[in-house]
Amino acid sequence: MDIFVQQLINGLVLGSIYALVALGYTMVYGILGLINFAHGDVTMIGALVSATLIQLLHAAGLPVPVSLLLAGGGAVVVCASLGFSIERIAYRPLRNAPRLAPLITAIGVSILIQYSAALIWGKQYIALPAIITPPSIEFAGAQINHLQIAIVILAACIMGGLIWFIHHSRMGRAMRATEQNPAVASLMGVDTHAVIAMTFLLGSAIGAIAGLMVILYYGIGHYFMGFMLGLKAFTAAVLGGIGNVGGAVIGGLLLGIIESLAAGYIEQLSGGLLGSNYRDIFAFLVLILVLLLRPQGLLGQRSGDRA
Amino acid sequence: MTLHSKPIMIRTIMSSLVLSVGLLGCGKEQPPAKVEAPAPQPLIIKIGSASPLTGPQAHIGIDIRNGVQLAIEDLNAAGIMVGDQKATFELVAEDDEANPTKATTVAQKLVDAKVAAVVGHFNSGASIPASKIYADAGIPQISPGSTNPDYTLKGYPTTFRVVAHDGQQGPTLARFAINTLKSRSIAVIDDSTAYGQGLADNFEATAKELGAKIVAHEHTTDKDTDFKAILTKIKGKKPDLIMFGGIDPQAGPMIKQMQDLRIKARFMGGDGVQTPNFIKLGGAASEGAMASIPGLPKDKMPGGNEFLAKFKTRFNQDVELFAPMGYDAVQVLVAAMKRAGSADPAKYLPELKNTQHQGVIGPIAFDEKGDLKNAPITIYVVKAGQWEPLEVIQPEPVAVAAESSPAPAAPANAVAPAEAPAAAAPSAPTAVKK
Repeated sequence: MDIFVQQLINGLVLGSIYALVALGYTMVYGILGLINFAHGDVTMIGALVSATLIQLLHAAGLPVPVSLLLAGGGAVVVCASLGFSIERIAYRPLRNAPRLAPLITAIGVSILIQYSAALIWGKQYIALPAIITPPSIEFAGAQINHLQIAIVILAACIMGGLIWFIHHSRMGRAMRATEQNPAVASLMGVDTHAVIAMTFLLGSAIGAIAGLMVILYYGIGHYFMGFMLGLKAFTAAVLGGIGNVGGAVIGGLLLGIIESLAAGYIEQLSGGLLGSNYRDIFAFLVLILVLLLRPQGLLGQRSGDRA
Repeated sequence: MTLHSKPIMIRTIMSSLVLSVGLLGCGKEQPPAKVEAPAPQPLIIKIGSASPLTGPQAHIGIDIRNGVQLAIEDLNAAGIMVGDQKATFELVAEDDEANPTKATTVAQKLVDAKVAAVVGHFNSGASIPASKIYADAGIPQISPGSTNPDYTLKGYPTTFRVVAHDGQQGPTLARFAINTLKSRSIAVIDDSTAYGQGLADNFEATAKELGAKIVAHEHTTDKDTDFKAILTKIKGKKPDLIMFGGIDPQAGPMIKQMQDLRIKARFMGGDGVQTPNFIKLGGAASEGAMASIPGLPKDKMPGGNEFLAKFKTRFNQDVELFAPMGYDAVQVLVAAMKRAGSADPAKYLPELKNTQHQGVIGPIAFDEKGDLKNAPITIYVVKAGQWEPLEVIQPEPVAVAAESSPAPAAPANAVAPAEAPAAAAPSAPTAVKK
């Protein structure tokens, strides 16, 4: 039982990170119908920038909470401006181009960011020195440390805050309007360019926080880490219903928990046939099933022109 | 190749210069045709060295090349007679950039340069594709650092190495875990790569033989950083040791997460874990972790301290890792040439298999596959943030507290069981003692 609880906790933490990254995918898709492949790499930049800043600030003698806060702030600023620039440079000029064109530039931007990071940080693994050793507590026989609790709570706050922002603020209303119909929204006086820029800004800032969490949680990062993280988060977004913010949250959490439980129990379930190296099978099996039964994802709405 | 072979052959014979290496390289069709040129000129013997001289592994590659160069300078200073000619050795160093494709290009270049032997490559991924080219040309290749078992499993008679391979490392780790650490229930994790899984499987097989219980064998990848799920599963099985087949980018976070989950088991890995990077990534959690590395610690090698000093004087640089292996590879090649009285690969290659040489790294002799016999392996442990040698293990076959007689001792991993390497016996003038 304690093992099961521990796996649930592992999955919950992992899922919270997936969910945060998935928000970035889903927001952009909801508004532009574009899969922003560069988003995983923006998260990677967030992770590496915060790693560098934490090391620098820590070396400068600042107390740990302050350096974490400043590093997180720095990562948010860097990633938000990166997200904003990506939209401005790579996507806005292609706003009225065929769907395929921005998709290709998205892949191009992703590669560009990866290799720029490789130039800046090198191709080796970046390690965060163990400056924080969070104390852990025991819960139902499982170990949880304060960092894990902080990750889950912070992620929940961000997700809740974003959902509130979209539904209760002026900008949020503009976002929803643009999502429903950009042309009509702009006729009604919504500055759709600004709304889209804001979407990228927000998504990238949330990605930066996710990157900070990854680097703190695992203590290690490298220029290629955004790829797998992005893929998993994208899967989570599709699982929950891409374009739907609440769906991204549920999809992310679900994916994290499925992965953890699968790694723990796949061997028993398959009678020793499959080892833990097949854990991703489960996650993607669930994805296929959901898409077969509910093509729009768990919370997605069926819409005519977007599938 | 065949197009060019004729003119080159004619020229070679006419000038009656050095030897037949080139002939062999170019025209394999008629190996018996080559006759040693009975010329009185000094014999020039080219020794190839291939290793990464640029890129992230350059420090290791340059180290190997310097080892080879030092050996050549020593030999030239000593004035070696091969046959009845005074031999002069020349170094032909090539850069394979640790890249398999570049390695084959470089191999061909060395073959075309008519080297008598090649010391290289460093990376298994480079040594393996290059080995075919050397084999086709009949040129002996001794790798100073490639540990993938496959390297010597291609059946080429020209392929040798002077370092323990992973097939020897895994069983040695298992014997250490069970005989010394008294581990009884062990969890194994591998990173699903040829290296990691091979190491883990070899470890598991020997551990089972010795009666330990393998409570779990989990898999991850060489890109993953989240091991909480498999570690949690392992925790439920309560092992007293976790063995990881893989490299430091995974091992570091893994040992950290072990600590997070309060797993009490000790941690052990192969040479991919025995790096400063592992300690950096694992932080305080890495304390007490163990890992093996083929060969002896530099200063524990029989000729170690003398070699380290000589190397430092010559290159104004400390030995990185594999320079002694490169040095010994040249020495053992030349020992074989002396015995054969020829630097013609076709003539001295059969002798190489029977040559025993007391090298810097210890006694060198090859088994029938070309692997180093009785390759020692050292277990290290992390103490106060540093890797410290813990124990040196000779991977002798299991059981039988055999008093070391020079010849037998089949390779530790029973890939080819009971193929007596009897060949070694007749030639050995100096008994191999350890």
